Amino acid sequence: MGQFPVRISWNRPAGSILPVPDLAISLRGVVKRYGSITAVDGLDLDVPTGTCVGLLGPNGAGKSTTMRLLTAQSIADEGEIDVLGFRLPGESKMARAQCGVVPQLDNLDTTLTVEQNLIVFSHLYRIGRDERRPAIERALEIANLVERRDSRVDKLSGGMRRRLLIARALVHQPRLLLMDEPTVGLDPQVRQELWALIDALRVQGTTILMSTHYIEEAQRLADTVLVMSHGKAVAGGPPAQLIADHAGQEAVEVYGLPDRLAEVEAAALRDGLRTRRTGTSIAVLGVERIDGNAPEGIRRATTLEDVFVLLTGEEID
Amino acid sequence: MADLMEAPAPARRLGRLERPAILGVLVRETINFSSYWKSATFSSTVEPTIYLLAFGFGFGALVSKVNGYSYVQFVGTGTVATAVLFSAAFPAMFGTFVKYQFQRTYDAILAAPVDTEELVTAEALWVATRAGVYGCVPMLVAMVFGLDPAWGMLTVPLIAFLAGFGWACFGIMIAGYAKAIENFNYVVSAVLTPLFLVAGTFFPISGLPRWARVLAELNPLHHCVELVRHAAFGFHATDPLRVLALVLFAFVVWRVAIRAMTRKLIS
Repeated sequence: MGQFPVRISWNRPAGSILPVPDLAISLRGVVKRYGSITAVDGLDLDVPTGTCVGLLGPNGAGKSTTMRLLTAQSIADEGEIDVLGFRLPGESKMARAQCGVVPQLDNLDTTLTVEQNLIVFSHLYRIGRDERRPAIERALEIANLVERRDSRVDKLSGGMRRRLLIARALVHQPRLLLMDEPTVGLDPQVRQELWALIDALRVQGTTILMSTHYIEEAQRLADTVLVMSHGKAVAGGPPAQLIADHAGQEAVEVYGLPDRLAEVEAAALRDGLRTRRTGTSIAVLGVERIDGNAPEGIRRATTLEDVFVLLTGEEID
Repeated sequence: MADLMEAPAPARRLGRLERPAILGVLVRETINFSSYWKSATFSSTVEPTIYLLAFGFGFGALVSKVNGYSYVQFVGTGTVATAVLFSAAFPAMFGTFVKYQFQRTYDAILAAPVDTEELVTAEALWVATRAGVYGCVPMLVAMVFGLDPAWGMLTVPLIAFLAGFGWACFGIMIAGYAKAIENFNYVVSAVLTPLFLVAGTFFPISGLPRWARVLAELNPLHHCVELVRHAAFGFHATDPLRVLALVLFAFVVWRVAIRAMTRKLIS
C-alpha cells in the first residue's frame, strides 16, 4: 500500500472561540445505570488539550456509553462532566457545536453523494455561507475523497465510508474529536490507512478521545490510555508506562500440555511474577527480574495486550 | 464609560428551537428528497386520486347530489384530507422509525448542535410542507372533472399544511412509542382507518347517528375536510373554531411527539 497522502491545514479563525481549557474533557465520579445494569461506575477521565487519549476495554466495559455521555445522548445519573469547558448536560449544545463525532455504526445518508453528506453536516454544524465551500473541500482532502466527491455512499468501499465519517466529523474544524471504535470491522490494510489519517490529525494537535478494543490501535495512536473494565477505569497512563508498571519488560511464552502449563504458572507465582494464559500457551511476565531462573520458552517483549488481559481478566463475562 | 464598552460575556448555552438547527435538518431532508421524490410523489398523489375517481364515478352514478354539491365536487374536496393524511402520518411514522432504528440518522444529527425538540419540529415542518403541496392534488384533479375554481381555494395549501403538521407529529409520536415497526399495523387499523372513514370524506357526517356525529367533531381529519370544502364553496361562521381545533391538535401532538422521541433518543 502506498503512503496515505495527508495534507491538513488546521488554522482556525482567530477571535471566534472561547479560550481553550487545559482539559478538553473532564469526568469526575460519573455513574450511568440502565435499570439494574451499571454501565459506567464512578469513572474519572481527563483528556488534556492537544493529546490523544485511548479508552481501551473489552466489549461491554462502558466505552460506548462514555462516548454517548460526552454528547449528552446519554445523561449521567451521578458525577460531573465537562467538555471544552462546558458543563453537561445543560451546556451540551455549546460543546457539541465544537466537537466532531465519528460513530461506531455508520450513519451516513447512503443514497446521497459524498459531497452531499458533507453539505448536510456543514449546515448542521452551522458553518457560515461563505465558509461552507472551503470547509467541504478541506474535509474532502483530509479524507482523500476529492476524486469520489460525486459517488453515492452506497457505492463506496467500507474504508472509504469510514474516511467519509471522519471527514464529516471534521468539516467544521472541531476542537475535539470523539471517535467510537473508528476501525471496527475493517481489513488490516484499511485499518492502517485510517491509522495514518488519525495519526496525522494527532500530530497536528487535534485533541482526540478514541475508544477501541484493538490493543494495537491504542498502542500506536494514543498518548495516554485508560483501561476500562466493568464501567471503571482500572489503569491509565502512556502505553509504555502501563506496560512497564504492570507487565515488566520481557515475557517468556511457554507452550505445552495443560499439566506443564499449570506447573509453570505455579512456579512463576512462587517467584512473585504475574502470568497470563493465551489459550495455547502461558506467558510469564517480567522475567527479567528472575534471570537465570526463567522457564524455558520463547522470549519476547511485553505488550499492552499483556496489560490488557492482566487488568480486564482472562475471561470475558 | 469603560464598563459600558465591555464585550458581553459569551453565551453559556444555545437557545431552544433555534433557526440554524431547524434549517440544518430541513437541508438534510430537501437534499435527500432529490433521491426519492418520484416514489413519494407517486404514492402521495396517485392513491387519493384513485379514491377520488373510484368513489366519484362509482358512487357518483348512484348519488347525484350530496348536501347540494355534485358527488365529484363533494369527494374531490373531501379527499384533500385523505391526501394530507397519506402524505403526512404515514411518511412520518415510517420515516422516523427507519431513520432512528435502521439508518441511525438521528444519532448523527443529535451529536451535532441540534436538540430533540428541534429535530422533531424540523421533521414535522418538512412533512407538513409536503402535505401542503400534495394535499392540493385531488382538488386539482377534481377541477378537471368539473369542480369550479374559487378564490377560497388559495387557502387550501395552508389548511393542508396545518393539518399536515398535526398528522406528521402524530406519526412521529407513534414511531416514538412503537417498539417494533410491526406495531404500526395496530395504529393504522384501529386509529387511522376509522378516522379516515368517519371524516365526512365520502359521505356526510350529518347522516350518522348522534353519537357518531359527536365523535366526528373530535376527529381532526373531519375539520380538515370541512375547511377545504368551505374553502371551495364558501366559508362558514364556525370555521375559525375548526382552525382552532386543528391548531390545538397540532400543538398537543407536537409536544407529545417531542416527549416520546426524547425518551427514545436520549437514554
